[in-house]
Amino acid sequence: MTEGRLWSWLAVALGGLYFLLPLVGMFDFSMRMQRDGYSFEAYRVVLADPQFQQTFGYSVVLALLTIVLGIAIIVPTAYFVRLRFPGLRPVVEFLTLLPLVIPPIVIVFGYIRIYNTSSVLPLTGSWWGTNLLILFGYATLSLPYMYRSVDTGLRTIDVGSLTEAAQSLGSGWTRILAVVILPNVFVSVLSGAFLTFAIVIGEYVFAALLNVGSFGPYMVWMGGNRAYEPSALAVVAFAITWACMALIQLVTRFSKFSTVRR
Amino acid sequence: MTTSVASLPAAFRPRQVLSWFGVAPFLVFATLFLILPTLNIVLGAFRNAEGQMTLENLGKLLAPSIRSAFWISIELSLLTAVLGCLFGFLIAAAITLGGLPRPLRDAILTFSGVASNFAGVPLAFAFIATLGRLGFVTMLLRHWFGINLYGAGFNIVSFLGLALTYLYFQIPLMVLIITPALEGLRREWREAAESLGANGFQYWRLVALPVLWPSLLGTLALLFANSFGAVATAIALTGSSLSIAPIVLFAQIRGDVLNDPHLGYAIAFAMILLTAIANAIYILLRMRAERWVK
Repeated sequence: MTEGRLWSWLAVALGGLYFLLPLVGMFDFSMRMQRDGYSFEAYRVVLADPQFQQTFGYSVVLALLTIVLGIAIIVPTAYFVRLRFPGLRPVVEFLTLLPLVIPPIVIVFGYIRIYNTSSVLPLTGSWWGTNLLILFGYATLSLPYMYRSVDTGLRTIDVGSLTEAAQSLGSGWTRILAVVILPNVFVSVLSGAFLTFAIVIGEYVFAALLNVGSFGPYMVWMGGNRAYEPSALAVVAFAITWACMALIQLVTRFSKFSTVRR
Repeated sequence: MTTSVASLPAAFRPRQVLSWFGVAPFLVFATLFLILPTLNIVLGAFRNAEGQMTLENLGKLLAPSIRSAFWISIELSLLTAVLGCLFGFLIAAAITLGGLPRPLRDAILTFSGVASNFAGVPLAFAFIATLGRLGFVTMLLRHWFGINLYGAGFNIVSFLGLALTYLYFQIPLMVLIITPALEGLRREWREAAESLGANGFQYWRLVALPVLWPSLLGTLALLFANSFGAVATAIALTGSSLSIAPIVLFAQIRGDVLNDPHLGYAIAFAMILLTAIANAIYILLRMRAERWVK
């Protein structure tokens, strides 16, 4: 067995080399803007760039709105499918998996063909329309993660009893959803939300093809025009991805202690 | 939780109509922003500019430039899927069966979660900073070992460079999917095989691999689709110098090149077809694989 362990260490070491070198490389490169040694100059330049502030702020707001919209669509759906329409489950599961099957570039191509200026619903023609369209697009991309995390959350609670209890106390549907169901699945919703945030914040294809000034196209523009700043941006993006995943781990660990085992 | 409908008092059932309002927004949303756009593309692939049915658009896919773009895409996706499966399997086997310390296993799984989501533009930047002309590893090799990567014909803006970059999200995805399957291999199976006189190689060939192969092949298909649909990484890395199918489609949509929307439809349709087949294989094999996990 010791020989097997040796091979295991070797595999992990080689893997570690492959996965850590690009991180080291990107960090190293981001610090070389000044010729006389390491500095955070590239970060300073990037953070002070009004374009960065604008595009990054825009993407953060867009990501948060995507999460809110995703929750508003998915939580009632997952709840009613579990409670009233178990037969609809395969349909909903299939639909929420589709965004993983159809490449995003094809989905956005469809948007451009359907919602262009000469169509019935000319969303791409106005500022508001374009922003709505990209919001809906990102909410579509988030469906697989949102649905699965919310459904996992619903599985751990007794939806039927909670609903009956709330109804016997005189609650209506919106009240049940907002005051009873949502707080109970909140931790699972959060893990879907963080994943959505990580995906939306640096998304490029939707933003570029819908001509939206978000963080993804800004990064690509920087990549084509600057030397050191792109690495600084990559470090920032990596930190955000890392933070989102860490938060997911944190909330799931938290939920393991807080939910009653059955 | 199969009790839901039956356990509710009958008085609630007429209100079934009301609960449709809970599901309706989702169905409308999915129709407007998922089904209709996709349907539009699929139907458009079979229509000409006058709206008549035709196979002409699909015929245009056979033009040498488009055909070679698809071919490069397929090669790239196959190569990164196979290598991703292989290296991902080795790492997953090392952390599950290799007797490594438990914290290391947890750390690698967490990192895999991050790396499999660290795709797109920043990933391309990381690889340019590492293996670009002035990249960290390029310089390291030149100054310490006297190896000139670019002198030897390597370029990060190439098929090989792109494959190397894609593996950064392919391998972790394989690790994440295959680790539970490897953990599902029961100790008793190995003990039973050994008590019947099997050596390690025979155990793997006759017991473990037959149990694992649906998972392995399924994940291979998933990785293929995963890399086939990736656009942002390729654009940020190569600009548009490497003609792969998604980049050709991107240029078509932007109107950079000959701007024939119906050729765009056909390319998009072919992409859906390929990723749909790959995903269908994944789902079917996954269902098969779950027979062993109880």
